[in-house]
Amino acid sequence: MLKFFHRMASPKYFYQFAGKLIPWLGVACLGFLLVGLYDGLVLAPTDYQQGDSYRIMFVHVPAAWMSMFIYIVMAGAGAIGLIWHIKLAEVIAISSAHIGASFTFLALVTGSIWGKPMWGAWWVWDARLTSELILLFLYLGVIALYNAVEDKRAAARATSILALVGVVNIPIIHYSVEWWNTLHQGPTVTKFGAPSITIDMLIPLLLMAVAFKLFYATVVLMRARCEILQRERNSGWVRELVRASQ
Amino acid sequence: MNTATLSQAFLILLRRDLTLAYRRRSEMINPLLFFILVTALFPLGIGADPALLREVGPGIIWVAALLAALLSLETIFRSDFDDGSLEQLLLSPHPLSILMIAKVFAHWLITGLPLLIVAPLLGVLLDLPGDAITTLLITLALGTPVLSLIGTIGVALTVGLRKGGMILSLLVLPLYIPVLIFAANAVATSGAGLPIDAHLSMLTALLLLAVSLSPVATAAALRISLS
Repeated sequence: MLKFFHRMASPKYFYQFAGKLIPWLGVACLGFLLVGLYDGLVLAPTDYQQGDSYRIMFVHVPAAWMSMFIYIVMAGAGAIGLIWHIKLAEVIAISSAHIGASFTFLALVTGSIWGKPMWGAWWVWDARLTSELILLFLYLGVIALYNAVEDKRAAARATSILALVGVVNIPIIHYSVEWWNTLHQGPTVTKFGAPSITIDMLIPLLLMAVAFKLFYATVVLMRARCEILQRERNSGWVRELVRASQ
Repeated sequence: MNTATLSQAFLILLRRDLTLAYRRRSEMINPLLFFILVTALFPLGIGADPALLREVGPGIIWVAALLAALLSLETIFRSDFDDGSLEQLLLSPHPLSILMIAKVFAHWLITGLPLLIVAPLLGVLLDLPGDAITTLLITLALGTPVLSLIGTIGVALTVGLRKGGMILSLLVLPLYIPVLIFAANAVATSGAGLPIDAHLSMLTALLLLAVSLSPVATAAALRISLS
């Protein structure tokens, strides 16, 4: 087992292994996505209060979960890269940043579309919305820093530090925003969480969550492969690969 | 050759930075003028109704202080980076994180403390009640060191970049949000005559957390930026 991980840390083996894994993950993701969407959009009962427009939840909630999950993965991989100097962890961390930013953006946009008919406003300065927006800016900061530093290894380590600082700060930001909000307005507008969801809605939600996780796994491996090729472009095995494909 | 002890090195670095700043006094004034000007823009922009100003005043002053702190951040390592003394600092036998505290402390004395001195004046301009102005001073005293400490991590990450300024604000401003929320809220709350112990405790907690953790991150970031 340990030997397996040891070999995985080498870019060459990872490149080949990820290449084999991607189709399987992609097919599994597609399967979960189709079943989850059909279950959520067609089979799940209509909400007695929100009508059919609640169905955007099946995209919105998993996207919001992923936005936080990916940040933790990014910071964790960054920490591993910093501590043990594993190049692969740096690659995973930086490949995650764009996907995480996309999911955060998706969660904000779908939430906004959902909010318009439900609350009557595209945007409310609610605690969750605000902290999600800040999360988006943290992702964008990571990406901007990575692009600004020319030496990509230094860039990856710098962004890892930034991601770690962000991880310490995210709970603080989250709770400060929550308290700030409750001081200003009571919970009249937003009854977001824990509406004791029925099992018919929970199942498609979980299916979609799994589909999103698989999507992330697929895309992060694809991005990591590209990143590895770019970084190792002067090494022997990449040249051989290029020669073979010509 | 004698080597300085850690506390000696701390004091030497502090004195050096303060002396350097004193020789370039005009640079110290700029963030201060910026602070006053930005605050003065708001009554022009949103109307000079005293009741309105009293309500938004705490937020305005704090946002202006935040931007002034952000603007002055870049100077903390700029000249040291240009003349190479930053690299000498990295080679020092003492823990870099402690030396970073000295640098941040000197920087705060130069750029943060003046904000505290003019803040009451701005409070009067925006028609804040007396209690609120006292609270404003306390929150600035607790909050601006946090801004300097967190901001220095961002500066350390971007010090080698040519166009670091815009990126610096993108990196640092999201992390400033808790300070802004607690501080501006404390001032507004005390203006309404309510107790503010909880806000001040939170700000103190943030300060302690920043003092203990951010120098480590700054030191690590500097080593990467200069490697």
